[in-house]
Amino acid sequence: MDKSHDIQQRLRELFESQQLAVLATHRSGQPYASLVAFYATEDLKHLFFVTPRTTRKFENLKADSRVSLLVNSSTNQTLDFHRAVSVTVVGNATEVDSVERQPILEQYLKKHPHLEDFVRSPSCALVRVSATSYFMVQNFQNVLELHFSQ
Amino acid sequence: MKWILSAEDIQHEDRQRVGGKGYALTVLAKNGFQIPETLCISSDTYQQYVEHTGLRERIQLELHRKDFKEMRWEEIWDCATRIRNMFLRKPIPDHIAKCLKPAIRSRFKDNPVAVRSSAPEEDTAEASFAGLHESFINISGIDAILEHVRKVWASLWSDAALLYRQEIGLSVEKSTMAVVIQAVVPGDRSGVAFTQNPNDASQGVIESVYGLNQGLVDGTVEPDQWVLDRKTRRIISHTPATRRFWIVPSDQGVELNPLPDTMSRMPPLNDEETREVFNQARRAEDFFGRPQDVEWTYRDRSLIVLQSRPITTLASGKTDDKRGWYLSLHRSLENLKSLRKKIEGKLIPAMIAAAEEMAVTDLTLLPDRSLAEEIKHRWEINHKWVNIYWDEFIPFAHGVRLFGQVYNDAIKPEDPYEFVDLLTQTQMASLERNQMLEDLAEQIRNHPQLTAQLQKGLYAETAPDFRTQIDTFVRKYGDLSCAVTGGSQCAQDTEPLIQILLEMANHPRAPAGLRDSGKVEILKEKFLSYFGGEQRAQAVELLELARTSYQLRDDDNIYLGRIEAQLLAALREARQRIKNTRIREPGDSTSTELEAVLADLDHRVKMPNPYRQETGATFHIKPRQLIGQPGGPGIASGTARVVRQHADLADFKYGEVLVCDAVDPNMTFVVPLACALVERRGGMLIHGAIIAREYGLPCVTGIPDATALIETGDKITVDGYMGMVTIGTGEI
Repeated sequence: MDKSHDIQQRLRELFESQQLAVLATHRSGQPYASLVAFYATEDLKHLFFVTPRTTRKFENLKADSRVSLLVNSSTNQTLDFHRAVSVTVVGNATEVDSVERQPILEQYLKKHPHLEDFVRSPSCALVRVSATSYFMVQNFQNVLELHFSQ
Repeated sequence: MKWILSAEDIQHEDRQRVGGKGYALTVLAKNGFQIPETLCISSDTYQQYVEHTGLRERIQLELHRKDFKEMRWEEIWDCATRIRNMFLRKPIPDHIAKCLKPAIRSRFKDNPVAVRSSAPEEDTAEASFAGLHESFINISGIDAILEHVRKVWASLWSDAALLYRQEIGLSVEKSTMAVVIQAVVPGDRSGVAFTQNPNDASQGVIESVYGLNQGLVDGTVEPDQWVLDRKTRRIISHTPATRRFWIVPSDQGVELNPLPDTMSRMPPLNDEETREVFNQARRAEDFFGRPQDVEWTYRDRSLIVLQSRPITTLASGKTDDKRGWYLSLHRSLENLKSLRKKIEGKLIPAMIAAAEEMAVTDLTLLPDRSLAEEIKHRWEINHKWVNIYWDEFIPFAHGVRLFGQVYNDAIKPEDPYEFVDLLTQTQMASLERNQMLEDLAEQIRNHPQLTAQLQKGLYAETAPDFRTQIDTFVRKYGDLSCAVTGGSQCAQDTEPLIQILLEMANHPRAPAGLRDSGKVEILKEKFLSYFGGEQRAQAVELLELARTSYQLRDDDNIYLGRIEAQLLAALREARQRIKNTRIREPGDSTSTELEAVLADLDHRVKMPNPYRQETGATFHIKPRQLIGQPGGPGIASGTARVVRQHADLADFKYGEVLVCDAVDPNMTFVVPLACALVERRGGMLIHGAIIAREYGLPCVTGIPDATALIETGDKITVDGYMGMVTIGTGEI
């Protein structure tokens, strides 16, 4: 059994099953967390989310592209402690330019069809987080790291 | 999973799945009534459709943009329009369509059908949705049928249905819809039968027209009426109609035609047929166990039942049911045409005449007593016109909405408000006024001496020609210091006007409206190309009506403003006299007469203004991102200018964002200076949104407590695409 393959598969399943991720940005060193509806590529290299350009998170990531995302499967119950999986993504965020935008949006909307009006608004930016590392937490304390050599 | 059911196959346990109408037809068919060929698309199918297209959550997002109770009817209409457009633009996914098409094709071939709503919550004893959900008659071909199925589904979310469900406390999350597809029976005579008269429990009522039933149901064809005794089934009375029209099937849908003479002389039913209809209806009552409202039609002397439902007003005994009012929110083209005739031919000329007649009186010549009388008289006139404004002018705005729906049905545009662009090719009075302001500003811009005089407050020393132009402007539009129906907010001098002109002159001339007539022509052709023959003529007529309706949204306020200005002039004169009298002889007897009339008026002019509500904030809330409605596309940032009273407008600076409770056309003169608009009152067709579109400015409406939460001087960003206002710079 290829453990690396197994872990990647688990990541994919988590990313498909979860609608939302917590995004961490900062301003002048002050951390700032927000919630975003995300979509991850099959190869796990990129995660995408959409945000209005007027938000703090967008201003923050424009000033410093280093960001972190947290995706987890907890359901707000005690059994989460042993059952839920949490993944911390570390990477760089950039706005997707207009050329690439359309095909990515189509994929994004397959996962979040109800956000059609939101993502098509000209005042919204499509943001790509290129992952450099994943930190995966399972069984309460078991932590695995995945590092991409991009 | 049952996608589609035939009337013969529907069982008792399918009742929820096929809705009240579908189930009632099954019961009738199984008990020997003759009904048209019927199929039922189950509510399961609806659920699958909204699930697979993502519409389920999109609808909920749309309905939960704001607290429903904080939405005005206009916003709910907008909400319903956007939801309807979602249904129009999302075809039924192939895997679902595959489950429906064979049954529909084999049952109806290319024959015309009726596509009717059958919501499970419809037609229960407690709630009647009659007329709130849509039905379509005479639809042919599988694609057209499925498109109309989507329209029926969309009508689950119509403004009227949303309001009614809210009122009777039904959950919007659980709402679902089945659809009845029925062969059209081209009946020669049709009607309704109430087995119990809502006004007299011992009687029943039958109404009948020639042709199809639609004209009777929507009120365009007057029916003959019979009253019968429930017990003996004897005809008590017959009230003949003035029989002039009938509704007959046409190529796509139905049309209203003049009734041939031979028919107009004869009632549609003879006594024997009247009794046959009543007997059938009573038989239905026996099956369902309560009084029924039965729709029927005669074809070649054979009586066919189209549908049967309980008479809900009897069952609930409620008299405060507002369904009728919700239904009145939509007006027919015929109704709007006659309203237009009245407004254009009678009301507006009378309004202009009323203002002119008052203007003739030289107030300074009137003795105090006559002035007091004159004030009372003018208050009455103003009051009368304010009422007419609400009763006649406001409903005429439905012309725009009717057009919007027809446009969206035909074109299915990405932007459900594209149709507004087609209406802007009209000369609105407020734009004419703004043009005049621009011309005055241009003179100031080009004459440094004039600028200097005005800056120093030396208006009296400016060139007579300039002052004449200012006078002309004030005579026509007032001094820009008064709000409609207020009166308490007037500065009553030319100072605000001069300040605005100086500000305008200090900056480049604003583009005179951004409308592009080429684009309007293209849209018009695109719209009309969907209609052929007689339908095209009707489309042209509707477009023209909508343009008038759109223009009047703005102009009527200007005309009303002129009448109010006359009342204000009389008040001004009275106040001036009281002031002067006080200086000379305190307690002078004549001035007490004027004081009395002013005091009385102060009490009376404080009419409840539905658009103004002070928000008393008791704790500190710092808003960051406020959600309202997208009123005009675009995004812009600027300093907020919060206008809490009309006089605040005089301080308006170039490039600021106008934030106010409700824009009325009498205050839109600052719009050419603004970079964006934010308004508490919500809706896509309110004045703020209309004028923002004219000038191509981003606009967000329906921000609750906008003027309380935003302060003058705040840096704000107005996102007119999403209907969102962001305040501040995002410091953490």
